[in-house]
Amino acid sequence: MNVLVLILLLLGAGVVAWFSERVSTKLPNWIALITFVATTLWVLVIWFNGPDAAGLYASLRHEWIPRFGIELHLRVDALSLMLIGLTTFLGIIAVVSSWTETKTRHGFFQFNILWVMAGVVGVFSAFDLFLFFFFWEVMLIPMYFLIAIWGHEDKEYASMKFFLFTQISGLLMLVAIVALVWINYNISGTLTFDYFELKNANLDSATARLLMLGFFIAFITKLPSVPVHTWLPDAHTQAPTAGSVILAGILLKTGAYGIIRFVVPMFNEASQEFWIWGMSLGVVSILYGGYLAYSQTDFKRLVAYSSIAHMGFILVGVYSFSKLGTQGAIITMIAHGFSTAALFMMAGALQERLHTREMSKMGGLWVRAPRMGAVTMFFVVASVGMPGLGNFIGEFLVLIGAFQKSVVLTVFAAIGIVVAAVYGLSLMQRSFQGVPNPDVPKMHDFAFREMSVMVLLMIALVWVGIYPQSLLQMTAPLLPGLLD
Amino acid sequence: MKLATMFQAGLPYLVLTGGLLVVMIGVAIKRTHAVAAVLTIVTLIATTLSHIVAYSALGDGAVQIDSMFKIDGVAYLFNILFLLAALVVAFLGSEFLNRRIRFKEEFYLLLLCATLGSLVLPAAVHFASLILGLEIVGISLYAMIAYPEKARPPLEAGLKYLVLSGVGSTALLFGMAMIYAGSGSMEFANSLPSDGSIEGQYFYLIGNAFFWSGIAFKLSLVPFHIWTPDVYHGAPSTVTAFLATVSKGAVFAVVLRYAIEGNVLDSGNVQFALSVIACVSMVIGNLLALLQTNLKRLLAYSSIAHMGYLLIALLIVESNSALGYETLILYLVGYFLMTLAAFGVVSVLSMNQEQELDSIDSVCGLLWRQPIAGAVLIVSAISLAGIPLTIGFFAKYYLFYAGIDGGMWTLIGALVVGSAIGIYYYLRIVFTAIKRPAEDAEAMTGLPWTGLGILAFLGLCMLVFGIYPTNLINLIQNVVQASGF
Repeated sequence: MNVLVLILLLLGAGVVAWFSERVSTKLPNWIALITFVATTLWVLVIWFNGPDAAGLYASLRHEWIPRFGIELHLRVDALSLMLIGLTTFLGIIAVVSSWTETKTRHGFFQFNILWVMAGVVGVFSAFDLFLFFFFWEVMLIPMYFLIAIWGHEDKEYASMKFFLFTQISGLLMLVAIVALVWINYNISGTLTFDYFELKNANLDSATARLLMLGFFIAFITKLPSVPVHTWLPDAHTQAPTAGSVILAGILLKTGAYGIIRFVVPMFNEASQEFWIWGMSLGVVSILYGGYLAYSQTDFKRLVAYSSIAHMGFILVGVYSFSKLGTQGAIITMIAHGFSTAALFMMAGALQERLHTREMSKMGGLWVRAPRMGAVTMFFVVASVGMPGLGNFIGEFLVLIGAFQKSVVLTVFAAIGIVVAAVYGLSLMQRSFQGVPNPDVPKMHDFAFREMSVMVLLMIALVWVGIYPQSLLQMTAPLLPGLLD
Repeated sequence: MKLATMFQAGLPYLVLTGGLLVVMIGVAIKRTHAVAAVLTIVTLIATTLSHIVAYSALGDGAVQIDSMFKIDGVAYLFNILFLLAALVVAFLGSEFLNRRIRFKEEFYLLLLCATLGSLVLPAAVHFASLILGLEIVGISLYAMIAYPEKARPPLEAGLKYLVLSGVGSTALLFGMAMIYAGSGSMEFANSLPSDGSIEGQYFYLIGNAFFWSGIAFKLSLVPFHIWTPDVYHGAPSTVTAFLATVSKGAVFAVVLRYAIEGNVLDSGNVQFALSVIACVSMVIGNLLALLQTNLKRLLAYSSIAHMGYLLIALLIVESNSALGYETLILYLVGYFLMTLAAFGVVSVLSMNQEQELDSIDSVCGLLWRQPIAGAVLIVSAISLAGIPLTIGFFAKYYLFYAGIDGGMWTLIGALVVGSAIGIYYYLRIVFTAIKRPAEDAEAMTGLPWTGLGILAFLGLCMLVFGIYPTNLINLIQNVVQASGF
């Protein structure tokens, strides 16, 4: 597979979807859906075909701006392939979940969804730092449009905050990238943005520490981790359902991917010294995110805060510098993508039916919509960390990995799982269980369209939970390259 | 140097002057708007094309004409950029003038004159040619700004520009005199004090202080920026577009030449003063832009910040003059495209109106009411903010690269802070343009197709260079190298 074709396909489908609006308002949805199904199948085929001798599923290298040694260098290894697969798969979920939600400008809506995904695929496969940064920024603008045009009541504030946070931290990363390239140029005499060349740059430790921070801040803002998390609840709450699904399911993973792919391998020594900060930030995110999640009354906001807590596990896993911890972090990325996408879709479905996200106006919904209740139950226990489902495997591996590094921090991180159970079950109780709220209008239950994607997500989570070996085996050969 | 070579190298100037005379005589014989417009456009295109013929005269280096001009590839590159910008202004201006009843043709004379002045500057290597070029541009602009003679704001803006620009020129001239007193030469290359050292040379230092104050007036750098928003706001958008691009770019071209030939930046004081001016321009320009509700004033303040960014290109020439030129030219290409597009949108939208539609509210929902103008406005705002897929990103990347190459970490810090503030108000433009239009808002129809076509072209250029700038970067690099930097 040529991954560039995949990106161009998504971009092209976006343009086609935009113009197809003139033919029929439903046509853009179909075009986007077909594109995502086709690309998911494509990724699956690649997956089953297996990697070549170098462990790559696809690669492409071409000159782009020779003046600065910038190349169009795309590579898909096991980690990239998994995340690209997650991206295209969640694309299906995003399109289906917003099938009836958008009332205006259907074409432009699907255009933005397809373009965000194209940017994300680029981020997951770029091995030239300039190209990486390019895609990193490219995915922002369509996401901004999604929130700013189709968002809810407070969209202007939320979209602006989202953009400012990511853009400012991105500028820091750009400075770090250019400085790294320039220092490497002075040492080695070649001007290059190539990942592997820069990975072997001989930096003195003080410089490496500073540059590492530039990348680190950009990535934890996207992840997000405390203290730069405040954009996330606002952006999520205001975003349309598809926007939330993409944001939580995939965009947050780009931050985690950045840490795993760039911060740790490229600035290995600096990161090793930094472990206590990384892990502590992770633990604080787990506990603080959980605490805030519990105190929310807005369904969507609660799920948003729970994302912060789950992303904390990724930091803990990565900064444990153990194979198990890193693998756990990767599994958490995948599993959290599935479970949160489902929960945000549920929040969107509830809002579409009840016109509110306030849990105080819900209650006893199970009676009215048993299928929705059961589905929510499944994904809540999944995100709480029920054994047999994907999230459990990820968080469990993270904790084992972290235990070898620091017992104290691991204990605190493990408390986070208890907190997760508290807010998860309280979400369930306040919305679906208890005495039925008499003010709730009649609502229709999930129909075939929504059930079918939910079942897909359930299958995915059960697969990760029961047979994680399939993923662990794939990433195992990468670990030496990622850890030292 | 052979006379024939000099004439060949100077061909663009001759063609432009010839065209200018033809237009003038044509207007004197019979006033016809269409003829004047066509003649102007033909002149501008012919001048642009004449660079191809002239380029072969340069050989490997530069052609020196007397001690006044040094014509090299870099100067040609600037010339072409200014000519293309003038061409855009001429097209937009012809639409703007079509709506007027009388005195249409003089506009073209002034435009050609101003362009001629701006072509003089990139080649100037002598204080006399510097002031010559600067004043040709300035005097033509006074009249262009005040052009719609009956309305009050343009007259006020014209007067303001006349007085303040006059003060700037005075400071500049006085500075030149002081520098001359120290060195005994008006040539850039010999402008260092005659005994070679800068230490304790007060004539030189005070001279440079006045010189750069005058330049800062012309470039509207903080703290000499006060006139900018009023003049940008008062002038017709078409003229503002010219004022904000060509007149600024030409001044930058000449001071870069002065900094390189005259080794001004060897003086730590000058370097420090310029760094401070750059930092405060970036930060204050952006901060003041936050408060604006008028699109033209907002863009005026943002241009102050952009001029501050560009000082990085000037400051780098001390250690790496080739990179300084590359950065300056690439940034100017980007800045010209996005500024022309932004003011162009205001100008095109206002074609059918009594008063210019220049408040931010007037572009509310523009993307849906007038898709082409809306899309171009959004692209130009995103480009001004320096976000990828647009040329603005590569322009900003060059600044970062140059800044890091020169180890100017304070300036990089100010650049990050300034860009961060900038994103907020540029995004506000984007957000307003994509908003759902108000119920009573009418769709904008009947806008001139030439205007929309020009806008679409500018938008496309921003995107194309934003995705594949390779050829542009290579061209600039080759020309800069061939010019011996």
